[in-house]
Amino acid sequence: MIDIQLSTEPLDISHCINLVQSPECGGIDVFIGTVRSQTKGKQVVQLEFEAYERMAVKEMRKIAEEAMSKWPVHKIAVHHRTGVLQIGEVPVVIAVSAAHRDAAFHACRYIIDTLKQTVPIWKKEVFEDGEVWVSAHP
Amino acid sequence: MEITVLAFGIAKDIFGAQSIQLQTDGVTIGNVKAILEQQYPQLKELASYMIAVNDEYADADTVIQPGDEIAIIPPVSGG
Repeated sequence: MIDIQLSTEPLDISHCINLVQSPECGGIDVFIGTVRSQTKGKQVVQLEFEAYERMAVKEMRKIAEEAMSKWPVHKIAVHHRTGVLQIGEVPVVIAVSAAHRDAAFHACRYIIDTLKQTVPIWKKEVFEDGEVWVSAHP
Repeated sequence: MEITVLAFGIAKDIFGAQSIQLQTDGVTIGNVKAILEQQYPQLKELASYMIAVNDEYADADTVIQPGDEIAIIPPVSGG
C-alpha cells in the first residue's frame, strides 16, 4: 500500500502513522521534516513551497514504488505540504512500516533523500531583508 | 510550431510569468533549451535545470509533439 498526498493543509502525523500500521509489521519508521529558523546563521521568517503538482505526485509514487522493490516494507505514506509554512511547521511526513526495522529505516531514508533530488517541489526562504529559491544557484 | 512552457520556482521569476509561448522550428527538447537560453540568459546561471514533457523528465533528444505539456524544472528543493 502506498499513500501519496500533496496538500495545502497542515499535515497530520498521526494519520500518516495510522495509514501504514498493520498487524504484520514489527515497526514503523517516520521521518518528519520541520521548518528550521535559520539558514547559514540567517534568520528565516517563513518558507514558501510550490509544486508542479501532477508530476510531484507521480514522482513521489515512483520513489515509494522503488523503495518497495528494494526493501521488504509493507506500507508507505508520503505526504508533502505546499504553500506558506512558519518555523516549526511540517512540510513533509514519510511513514514506512515493515516486518523488521532494518528495511523500514533504509526505505524511509531512501525516500526522503530521493524526494529531495527528484520531486518537482521548490522552497523559497523568506528572510527579513529578501528571499531566495533554495538550491537554484551554484 | 508554437509551444507553451510552464515555469516553476525561480524559472517563474526569470520568465516573469507562470508560462510562456515559444515559436520553434526545432522539435527536440535540446532545441527548446537553446531557444529558452537565448531569450532568457539567466537560465544559464542556474545550478542546473531540467525539462519535463508530460510529467516526465526528458533528455535533450526527446521529440516534442503538438499538445505536449512542457515544463521547466529548476533545481528542486522539497522536503
